[in-house]
Amino acid sequence: MNLKAETLSRIDEVIPHYPVKRSAALPLLHLVQEDQGYVSSEAIEWIAEKLGLQPINVYELVTFYPMFRQKPIGRRHIKVCRTLSCAIMGGYRTCAEFQKQFETRLGDVSPGGDVTVEFVECLASCGTAPVVMIDDELHERVDAARARELSDKIKAGAPTDTGRR
Amino acid sequence: MPAPQQHRLIFRHIDEPGYSNDLACYVRNGGYEVLRKAVQRKPEELIDEVKKSGLRGRGGAGFPCGVKWTLVDRKSGKPIYLVVNADESEPGTFKDRYIIHQDPHQLIEGIMITCFANKVERAFIYIRGEFPEGARILEKAIAEARAANLVGPGILGTAYGCEIFVHRGAGAYICGEETGLIESLEGKRPYPRIKPPYFPAVLGLYQCPTIVNNVETLCHVKHIADMGGEAYSKIGTPNNTGTRILCVSGHVQRPGFYEFEVGKVTMGQLLNEVCGGPLPGRTFKAVIPGGSSAKVLKFGERYKGKRKVGADMVDYDWGVDDIPMDFDSLAMIGSMGGSGGVIVMDDSVSMVEALGNINAFYSHESCGQCTPCREGSLWMKKITSRMVHGDARPEDGALLKSVADQIAGRTICAFGEACAWPTQSFIAKFGDEFKAYPEAKKQPKPDGVPELV
Repeated sequence: MNLKAETLSRIDEVIPHYPVKRSAALPLLHLVQEDQGYVSSEAIEWIAEKLGLQPINVYELVTFYPMFRQKPIGRRHIKVCRTLSCAIMGGYRTCAEFQKQFETRLGDVSPGGDVTVEFVECLASCGTAPVVMIDDELHERVDAARARELSDKIKAGAPTDTGRR
Repeated sequence: MPAPQQHRLIFRHIDEPGYSNDLACYVRNGGYEVLRKAVQRKPEELIDEVKKSGLRGRGGAGFPCGVKWTLVDRKSGKPIYLVVNADESEPGTFKDRYIIHQDPHQLIEGIMITCFANKVERAFIYIRGEFPEGARILEKAIAEARAANLVGPGILGTAYGCEIFVHRGAGAYICGEETGLIESLEGKRPYPRIKPPYFPAVLGLYQCPTIVNNVETLCHVKHIADMGGEAYSKIGTPNNTGTRILCVSGHVQRPGFYEFEVGKVTMGQLLNEVCGGPLPGRTFKAVIPGGSSAKVLKFGERYKGKRKVGADMVDYDWGVDDIPMDFDSLAMIGSMGGSGGVIVMDDSVSMVEALGNINAFYSHESCGQCTPCREGSLWMKKITSRMVHGDARPEDGALLKSVADQIAGRTICAFGEACAWPTQSFIAKFGDEFKAYPEAKKQPKPDGVPELV
């Protein structure tokens, strides 16, 4: 495992937060995924070893929790909310627009590697539907036109953050 | 009758220009004064204040907070944990997002008062994975509070100490269920535990007594410690005390969050006045009053019966507009106040497709532990999805109901009910629309009506 020094120090910092080491499995998975972009089988074994667990104890988390992935994604991760409040305000159109803009299908890395578009369940910002997360940023009221604007920025490598959380 | 004024207790500073989420701003606005006074009191007194306040949990079930604290096993000699449920994920709910991002110190002060009252020395904030920035804000706020001797060992010159840690979830709705959350915090799949024996108050995190409270609930604790339980109990209505944040989404002119005294605003006032009514040219068709698992209400239906007002029983005859937005009234008419997420649908929405959307959510989120829920939620999704995208049959409504009826009451946790109630209530109230759907779907959709499944 070739983790960044900062990741390693954050891993060592987080484990003692818990009286039982196993509790640190989710935090470690987040840290490793942030570092490497995804959770490899090597990472699963490394985390298990670090926490004194069997690899299956970590693997079953990766396959259960929707946010962990076992393969790389595009440079930007576009997550469109699929759930009711967003859907009735046009979330499906927003998602289709992103797929069209990047000529990609849900869950795939787009040709050229710009993005991975995903449909996810409720992002808890229902009052500003439809909402989208691009990496860690929340984007509100993203209709098809706004989706095109954001896509253009991503294609140009420009920042997309609005500062709104 | 015009809608009452909002009563901004928890959301007092949300979206206030110039208000920032750092310690200095919080302290400038009187922050941590309540904690300072609270640690000079006896812990039992604080628990009594919360009991007197009548505070009910804001996460969904509406369980009295003081009672929850009283159930904690204090004789076992094991440490007591506080777990803050910040896994806000019931569709339609978005209140905790604003507290966490804009006023994190209010939550931390509520946590510290709760921990002091219950002799908790380690608390975990379980925050949903989709709030990465929220997790960073909380970590920064805890570090600031720790540096100011408000969190950590020996706070404010006392012998009492407590650490708070932030723990991020990873996108699973079931982690909002308290025992599922505890399993997740232990580093496992979040399979809910069976109760009895695993009541968190006795056998919770690491098999130790554990209090699990919602973010908004803990913020209320701060205000109760401030004004006293007696004074707090005078806000709102009897048995439904305090204020409540109502999150309105969907087809209204002004969706958003609104904080009112519990039970003082009716659904009609909320949707028509506060939220500006339906979109132009539309009429309201249905509303889900307490997060997507709450049973749907149909505009035009009447609710009749007897209810308690003071010592008397009086007749009531309400339309959807007349329902007071409190725990008891919504339960009385067969739905629930739940997490405060109000989802409004107008006459452009097909109830079959809306249910298809909800069913897809619950099918995705079922943890898979109990067969009735795992299989039932999947088949309900498959049936509604087939109705929309494939062949729809007039008898599908009855089939959906038969599946739903076999889930509720047969599962370890309340997810069974949560996934069955939408189907049961949609079929009970919009059964004719389900019967007519095979014909209706042959008509082209009007322009602009979005896809839902």
